[in-house]
Amino acid sequence: MSETVTLSVNGQSVAVPASSMVSAAIAVSRVSHFRSSIKGERRGAICGMGICFECRVTIDGEAHQRSCQTPCREGMVVMTGEDYSDSYGRPRTIRRTTRTCDVLVVGSGPAGLAAAWAASKSGSRVTVIDDNQAPGGQIWRSESKARASSDSAKWFERVRQAKIDTVKGGRVFDASQTGRVLAETTDGVVEILYQSLILATGARERFLPFPGWSLPNVCGAGGLQALVKSGLPIEGKRVVVAGSGPLLLAVADYLRKRGADLVMIAEQAALRSLLRFSLGLLSSPKKMVQAVGLKRRLAGVKYLTGCWPVAAEGNEELERVTLRQNQRTWKVSCDFLACGFHLVPNLEIALLLGCELNNNAVRVDRFQETSIENVFCAGEATGIGGLELSLVEGQIAGFAATNQRHLAEQHIVEKEKLRGFTSLLNRTFELRDELRALPNAETIVCRCEDVSWAELQQQSNWRSAKLHTRCGMGPCQGRVCGAAIEFLLGWGMESVRPPIFPVRLSSLSQFTNK
Amino acid sequence: MTPGVYDVAVVGAGIVGAACADECSQAGLSVVVIDSGVVGGGATAAGMGHIVVMDDSEAQFALTHFSRRLWSELAPDLPDAAEYDVCGTIWVAADEEEMQEVERKRSSYLEHGVHVETLNGVALSEAEPHLRRGLAGGLSVPGDAVTYSPAVARFLVERARSRGAVLKSDQSVEELTNDGPRLADGSLIAAGVTINATGSWAPMLARGLEVQKRKGHLVITDRYPGFVRHQLVELGYLKSAHSLTSDSVAFNVQPRRTGQVLIGSSRQYGNEESGVDATMLGRMLDRAAEYMPDLPRLSAIRAWSGFRAATPDKLPFIGPCPEKERVFLATGHEGLGITTSLGTAKLIVDQLLNRRSEIPTAPYLPSRMSQSKREFAQ
Repeated sequence: MSETVTLSVNGQSVAVPASSMVSAAIAVSRVSHFRSSIKGERRGAICGMGICFECRVTIDGEAHQRSCQTPCREGMVVMTGEDYSDSYGRPRTIRRTTRTCDVLVVGSGPAGLAAAWAASKSGSRVTVIDDNQAPGGQIWRSESKARASSDSAKWFERVRQAKIDTVKGGRVFDASQTGRVLAETTDGVVEILYQSLILATGARERFLPFPGWSLPNVCGAGGLQALVKSGLPIEGKRVVVAGSGPLLLAVADYLRKRGADLVMIAEQAALRSLLRFSLGLLSSPKKMVQAVGLKRRLAGVKYLTGCWPVAAEGNEELERVTLRQNQRTWKVSCDFLACGFHLVPNLEIALLLGCELNNNAVRVDRFQETSIENVFCAGEATGIGGLELSLVEGQIAGFAATNQRHLAEQHIVEKEKLRGFTSLLNRTFELRDELRALPNAETIVCRCEDVSWAELQQQSNWRSAKLHTRCGMGPCQGRVCGAAIEFLLGWGMESVRPPIFPVRLSSLSQFTNK
Repeated sequence: MTPGVYDVAVVGAGIVGAACADECSQAGLSVVVIDSGVVGGGATAAGMGHIVVMDDSEAQFALTHFSRRLWSELAPDLPDAAEYDVCGTIWVAADEEEMQEVERKRSSYLEHGVHVETLNGVALSEAEPHLRRGLAGGLSVPGDAVTYSPAVARFLVERARSRGAVLKSDQSVEELTNDGPRLADGSLIAAGVTINATGSWAPMLARGLEVQKRKGHLVITDRYPGFVRHQLVELGYLKSAHSLTSDSVAFNVQPRRTGQVLIGSSRQYGNEESGVDATMLGRMLDRAAEYMPDLPRLSAIRAWSGFRAATPDKLPFIGPCPEKERVFLATGHEGLGITTSLGTAKLIVDQLLNRRSEIPTAPYLPSRMSQSKREFAQ
């Protein structure tokens, strides 16, 4: 048994493994309700990766802290619900630091790690920054102690040996000025000056609103996985995994290994698309092996295609889900609904810098360079393509950013081949039109500001929706509702400006030439 | 009324244009409102929404006081989304010198029948516990209010539409003629009178108009109900806000009904870029932190900038263009556009209908500028 820490949640003492996040401690103390929404609904975590802001709680007197991104510390005092009484945090000194590097990599998922390693081969000074406390991104979250033979262990080791400067728990809030990034950390604010920038900002899940989706214990698919990796106990819990994309199988496999009672997997894509997808995999033996392995491990779990959730119900938290397949709807009892509709790239920093997009992903050339000189992009942010492609693109970007184009060249053929798989992936998991009918008039679409579907339908564009309903104006800044609205109403993303993440006010004035 | 011809074309659907449309339609005039974007999307969206009586000059006092009364009359009709809240203003005095200004301001307001109260240092910190200790006091103006202006603009436009007014959004106007506005596609919207209510963009449709863009910044926090209770403005604001040449910042914070705190303010000339100027933002936040030491620990959600329409004599232009008698101006409100929108609309309609106004209109007539200019040219 690993070390434990003891903290207080709503006045109750809780002991959890030392590596747990606060979100896990809250779950362990049997609180499913993290915060009350502005209309008074109970809310719980959904994304598990720091972007939805639904897991905000008051930690040591400081309100609005993301519990899923905050590691538990001995003696910590956590309050959930809406207790703002004097929750403005303790006075403390904010550490202000400046770092200088040749290459800055934003994101330490597979693409970021590969990029950092490749760039370091040139002898360049490389810095990696990530919002999370540990490297690995979402896919390798909490795998730092994984078995040595795994892919992740290999990359963690490579990067460790390369002695790369890292900023943990640093969220970039401003990158609008070329050559400089500003980020906030737990105890301060850091300015990083760079010559070249590699964006490996990854992707987030697309959530679609349906009646009841804002109940506690309805989370993303990757979201539930991330929460479990951060310490949420899942053993014996009945879980329905739903939505779309290859992630569903990986999540189901993981949850099952952790002891979850997997009720079923509901994939919205039709069986015929999935069969075409399987044929497509024949050209990629490695993916085929993975897929077969997954399927075998999930043998016995009900896997329905052309099936999706239409409603979630429960008193104060999720109790049952209504599913639909063809014309049939039925209810299934469960403790968790893990539901995500494939992935969308994280584009905020690229947009701040003015990088051109292509199909809602960062447009890059064969060397992963964006439309802005010396700004590179690799991995999911250039289009959802999966782990292997991320590793390849990361290496190309890392080499190309450090005048090692001959080394980058060696990976280009592989990249083009894997990119072919991307378009197959996106075609296969294309969302069906019926999903546009999921929300009813009262369904909340913007969870930060509690904006209903009916209110949104009265608006003609994003600008008008923001002004007149406050949709997208809350702390998540449209990270959750944005992709849903794009699918539901076809409105493209509005302008992005700093701060691209909520930050302490003091952080906004730390690095100005006053 | 000629068929196919509007009595009035209002160009600009910010709060000033919206108020003009509402007032004109109320008076029975047929109205068309044209905006290059959405209702309330310009300075109306960027500003604070502070409804305040100001006494920089007799004319400014008259218009703000008159307008504030109109706001209190409108209040019962406003939708919930307008978040109209009579939270009052406290002018914060840092030292004894500023307390003298409190006294001057107090007698001036009382003379004009505006209820105010002087607060000593203790009363100030009781009223606003998050202000720093040791401030000298302040002047409380309980009748001042705050509102969410885009919702008000929308309400006023919708009310005008319910009386038959027509809204044309996303339509760029190229030129204002005596026969009505001409759109970018060359077509003319025929109107008896055209009102230029395009804020700091007004000179694009009225060449030579002495309206300058004065950039401002704001930041909004996450929800902290009760952190601030009144609109708080430093009295030093009077020193800094009205310097016509240099950049300035002032402590100016507002409680939103949502529990969010809106933090201002900055004033800048010669910066017409729409993005946030980090240096000004930093200065502004540092100034705010001097007055509220707990503020830096709050979580900021967004920062943005906008443009006030500033005139050389700090008074708006309300009335006919000297060069085109059937084109009216309703612009140049600087930082008081939300407050004075309702008064502006009344004065415009009074002029259109040759009605007697409740307050003298002369100080706001555009001819006050061009007269001196023409004389100079001759």
